[in-house]
Amino acid sequence: MEVKVRPLECWNDFKKYRERYYKNYLEAKDKGGIRWAGSAWAFDAIPHGLGEDVYPLTGEPYGATCAFFHDFSRQCLETIERRGVARDLCGYMRNYWGSIAQNKYLLPDGTTVEPFPKPDFNFTIHICCTHAKWYHYAAELEGGVPTYAVDISVGPGYLLDDKRINYVVKQLNDAISWMEKITGREYDDELLIKAVYAEADSMSTWARICKLNQAKPAPLEEKSMFSLYVLNLINRSDPEVAKLYHKLYDEVESRVKRGIGALTYEQFRFLTDNPPPWAFLKVYRYLEKEYGAVSLGAIYTFGLAGGWLGMDEKGEKWIWEPAPTPEEAGVEITNREEALRWTAEYNLRYRASWQHEYSHWIRKLETYQMIKDWNADAIIMHINRGCELWNLSTLEVRDYLVKNNIPVATYEGNMADPRDFDEARTFNVIDSFMQSMGIERISEK
Amino acid sequence: MGKKVEELPQLKQFREWFEKRHEYAKEWKRKNGGKVVGYYCTYCPEEILYAAGVLPVRILGSHEPESITRPYLHDMYCPFCHDTLAQGLQGRYDYLDGVTLAQSCLHMRQSYFSFVDRVPNIQWSYYMPFPHGVNNPHAAPYLRSELEKFKSAVEEWTGTTITNKELDGAIEVYNKNRQLMKEVFELRKSDNPPITGLHAMEMVVSSQIVDKKDHNEVLEALLEELKDAEVEREAGTRLILIGSEDDDRSFLELVEYGINYPATFVYEECCTGARYFWDEVRPNEDRLMALAERYVYRIPCPAKDWATGELIRRRFQHIERVIKDYNVQGAIITQMKFCDPHELDIPALRDLFDKHDVKHLTLELDITQPVGQFRTRVEAFLEALGEEDLFF
Ligand code: SF4
Ligand code: SF4
Repeated sequence: MEVKVRPLECWNDFKKYRERYYKNYLEAKDKGGIRWAGSAWAFDAIPHGLGEDVYPLTGEPYGATCAFFHDFSRQCLETIERRGVARDLCGYMRNYWGSIAQNKYLLPDGTTVEPFPKPDFNFTIHICCTHAKWYHYAAELEGGVPTYAVDISVGPGYLLDDKRINYVVKQLNDAISWMEKITGREYDDELLIKAVYAEADSMSTWARICKLNQAKPAPLEEKSMFSLYVLNLINRSDPEVAKLYHKLYDEVESRVKRGIGALTYEQFRFLTDNPPPWAFLKVYRYLEKEYGAVSLGAIYTFGLAGGWLGMDEKGEKWIWEPAPTPEEAGVEITNREEALRWTAEYNLRYRASWQHEYSHWIRKLETYQMIKDWNADAIIMHINRGCELWNLSTLEVRDYLVKNNIPVATYEGNMADPRDFDEARTFNVIDSFMQSMGIERISEK
Repeated sequence: MGKKVEELPQLKQFREWFEKRHEYAKEWKRKNGGKVVGYYCTYCPEEILYAAGVLPVRILGSHEPESITRPYLHDMYCPFCHDTLAQGLQGRYDYLDGVTLAQSCLHMRQSYFSFVDRVPNIQWSYYMPFPHGVNNPHAAPYLRSELEKFKSAVEEWTGTTITNKELDGAIEVYNKNRQLMKEVFELRKSDNPPITGLHAMEMVVSSQIVDKKDHNEVLEALLEELKDAEVEREAGTRLILIGSEDDDRSFLELVEYGINYPATFVYEECCTGARYFWDEVRPNEDRLMALAERYVYRIPCPAKDWATGELIRRRFQHIERVIKDYNVQGAIITQMKFCDPHELDIPALRDLFDKHDVKHLTLELDITQPVGQFRTRVEAFLEALGEEDLFF
């Protein structure tokens, strides 16, 4: 299918926001502001209550940026390995630790500055084996930065009950007192409430954008989506981020109406499922250019940044519909307790990437349903050595999909360790898979 | 002088239980007519199962090379989780009625779910969202609510009612087991520890797979015998073993019996060692709260040991006490390949040993591969430690 294509008009807005974000973190202290660091999954609305000059640095996107600039990544990885850190640990974390150990901070254009800007505190969550321990050791490498991790291991959203939610809410309450103590600032509940509204808005709007990619031709392809979804991983509780997602939604909706696609030639629609090998995004370009294959998204790109209904109450079906915002749910948030409860419940219930850790079954249904809903012809799975959580269940999912007649290709790699990727072999896998699917090279048509 | 330690029947009994664990469980079932539940990870509140008349047995590997798990678990997950699943797939756990996991590392989780799905004899399974944040004050009350659900699920499945009386009975048996093993460990503080790390490992692992009542009887007899048993071996360098799941006999044999430089493990800081039994259940009118506190406040697995406001690791605090109390001279860190929770602690752990001037050796272990490859490194390590002694 020949397709009309147009560059995304709001592309630069996203790019600029991201540049500003890393710079703000770097320069926060010059303006008397506060810096904090933590996982992209941290409850990032909480530190907003400390003031409007509070700047985060989330570790996974930072680790991905390091990986993208492979030479810097190699230096980080080798520096930290020399300190006895095992090579099979989370790739993002090793880049992050290595960056601290080298005392170099990477900006999104690939330039580095010294020293690595030390946060005033670390605030994170713990769901995989790594998150909290990542920041615990980072804090030690930095000479004892105060660190607080919130345990969210309360099971999947559809099995939540009050006690499970309360466990998380209580920790969030404690975290606020702790932040007040270590920063000496008085906490502002109004700012928290604003941030909590913005968070749901950003995440549910991203989900609505992802749904638009069900259209044929697909208005977006995943490689570009990586530059768009990332705002939800760096600062989703910032009302400005929510606004940018609304702008993007309007533009993508208009592309769908006008039949504008992402690729000039779309003959094959596929999904992926893990963080990509950041140093080798050319895999996506290869698929596009050689085969007219469009990557529609993944439980990663959609599920990490979006709020979704997820498993139904009986645990029998996965529902890829955007989660309700407080306004849509008819909820008015008026105080700290309500705000904490909302953000805890929204994340625990609707954050897709917090569901499939709790059984192979959830991930099987989640993936299967995505393939159906997005009209994908196949899935190309990255067996990602860089993240034990995202690689969890992948082989069981593969088995399930194959049994359900879904074409599956797999390639091995590492999202954030460029030394752990075999480019030629990956292209071979792709070529053989395409051949087996009867997809001709565009040049051979 | 009493009997030679190596000839004590109790130590032989532990070994036999360890080697014939499947036969033991089948025989137990035949005799008692009860159900047997396999548990993954030592955070499982075994007392609740035991109170319902169920025999909880820890699912362990067999240390044999295998490749049958590769279609289900990627090879970046630890060999232990592969090995345990392999046992199920090979039918070695064909007597299990159920299987449960108290949420621990992601590796165990993967193996558990595949075990539930793919081992045909499993009729009942229970995944418990055990808190990871055991260093925060809300973990114990939260766990209490999860224990309540677990208890109801066990009651429903077994058709029993677990009253305080049954819970008290189970707690008593389990606490006694913990006390007795601690008494045995106490003896290892002496200049000439009566038992080796190999004996201790067989003692602890056998306690994870047999009825604790049976185990207690043997432990009591062992303590009697050890009072005047004849210790034939030279203690040599006093070592601590640090690790996750270390039931690899050949490795302990190599270090303690197979090297020219004498060495003895005086403490095993692992989940097949002290971490399993060290802490007791403290009496509480609310029995489930008592259990919750025991499991939350036990020496934590690295998977659960991290900062919630304060930069402390409770496990490290415990290790520091052990170094002092057991006069530890060297540490062998057996790093299970791909085990993230433990790997994440290793840089800081080495710093800790350096701080206390305890020499350390880190070995990356794949429990399904022969340990002979470590001989040279262990030998060099023990030799260096032995030489140091000469100069002081
Ligand atoms: S292992 Fe995966 S889930 Fe865990 S911190 Fe790293 S990237 Fe995130
Ligand atoms: S060895 Fe490590 S990764 Fe494996 S089961 Fe134990 S804690 Fe988990």
